[in-house]
Amino acid sequence: MNQNQSQLSRSWGHFVKYKPLIHELVSRDLKVKYRRSFLGYVWSILNPLMMMALQTIIFSYMFRADIPNYPVYLVCGNVLFTFFNESANMGLTSIIYNGTLIKKVYIPKFIFPLSRVVSSFVTMGFSLAAVLLVMIFTRAPLGWTALLFWVPLVFELVFCCGVALLLSSLTVYFRDMQYLFSILTLGWMYATPIFYPLEQLPLFAQRLMKLNPMYHYINMFRNLVMYGNIPGPNTWFACIASALVMFVLGLVVFRKLQRNFILYI
Amino acid sequence: MDQPNIVEVSHVSMRFNLAQEKTETLKEYLVKLMRGKLMFNEFFALKDVSFTVKKGESVALIGRNGSGKSTMLKIVAGVMYPSQGSCAVNGSIAPMIELGAGFDMDLTARENVFLNGAVLGYDRAYMTEHFNSIIDFAELWDFVDVPVKNFSSGMITRLGFAIATEVQADLLVVDEVLAVGDFMFQQKCQQRLKKMLDGGATLLFVSHDANLVRQLCQRAVWLDHGVKRGDGPSDEVCTMYEEAMRKGEA
Repeated sequence: MNQNQSQLSRSWGHFVKYKPLIHELVSRDLKVKYRRSFLGYVWSILNPLMMMALQTIIFSYMFRADIPNYPVYLVCGNVLFTFFNESANMGLTSIIYNGTLIKKVYIPKFIFPLSRVVSSFVTMGFSLAAVLLVMIFTRAPLGWTALLFWVPLVFELVFCCGVALLLSSLTVYFRDMQYLFSILTLGWMYATPIFYPLEQLPLFAQRLMKLNPMYHYINMFRNLVMYGNIPGPNTWFACIASALVMFVLGLVVFRKLQRNFILYI
Repeated sequence: MDQPNIVEVSHVSMRFNLAQEKTETLKEYLVKLMRGKLMFNEFFALKDVSFTVKKGESVALIGRNGSGKSTMLKIVAGVMYPSQGSCAVNGSIAPMIELGAGFDMDLTARENVFLNGAVLGYDRAYMTEHFNSIIDFAELWDFVDVPVKNFSSGMITRLGFAIATEVQADLLVVDEVLAVGDFMFQQKCQQRLKKMLDGGATLLFVSHDANLVRQLCQRAVWLDHGVKRGDGPSDEVCTMYEEAMRKGEA
């Protein structure tokens, strides 16, 4: 117990000491991401906008009657899911891609998945401008609850950190995760009400949906930003619990596995 | 010498699993698993090695290729954990196991200075303060804003060395990195290392070049197939090592 505690405080010390590194890695990711493209960061706004336009054209024929202000509904779901997708996939390879560095210099290894998630988070920050643009363009009402838009994003951030920690450490041992997970995220995307309403699903699927954390974050975000109401206690509980459980799970697995990373990279 | 120990290595063994033969099919794998001889062959890179380094000392690890020098160095640098035994370091480490290991090839030299500094645990303010002297030492003023992928390997090494030695660390952990770069720059590097040693830094140095070891280090530890075979004043140990090499037995 005592040893555990001193380990924890040491980890915290590392975190503080290496905070500049997270900062540098994030700024590197952002610099490298759009280097050589003409529009640069504008892509972070343009991408969700174009995706939204495309999906609106495709899907509005199928679900037109059901969802008021469909473009906003779509762009909200897309922006949040893209963040999850990007941070999970980039986090997954973060340890193996930084293998050369891990072999040569001592660095607390959790820095790599976390910095990837933070980079995606910053990118999502730009994409939020797209949400605002669509809302202004469609003259959607903006209530005071929209000021709380960051709350579900923070929950999602914690959740994604857990996912990235878990996946990055498992991938070191099972490289197959990369291919498996890309299919899994595709399935996950269809299993999340991004472009269809929850009510469209059969009842049993609606119940199952309560187990999908992404549904809760997106739902909370839409409630706050689109519908101008504060979601009920169940949603809050689901968001907080799923984020914490995932984070702790990721951390525990990562700490257990990181010792032998170097032998498998 | 009444200095405190900065490195304490006690009874360190390092075991690796080597894939001895390839297991081609799942059936073969299961058969082997049942017989309890899965394709691993244990290999000890280090066997029960102990030594200490006092503050201010300069110690070399010598030995042939594959004798476990670099593995030992990685354990001291905290990159690897020993399978058995323990290794404690009291103080900050400047690792020079491979120079420029943390560089991002798409970034410029300027950006890489800050990235690499952060890898070593230094923030932007510290690196800004030391930026000029790093580029001065690396002699790279003409290429500050060029992406590193266009650099020659010598230029990368120079930049890496300049960053790694700019920070003030208690312990310098140096693998055979000085072999790269031209003669003039090697001289410059050695001078800088000597200066740091005079300033109270401790050096742990890996080499198979006995002459360089005699120049830089007071003490040498000789590793042979993962076992410590000698430990003492560098001249003595180097002579022993050279004699064994000549006889062709080590």
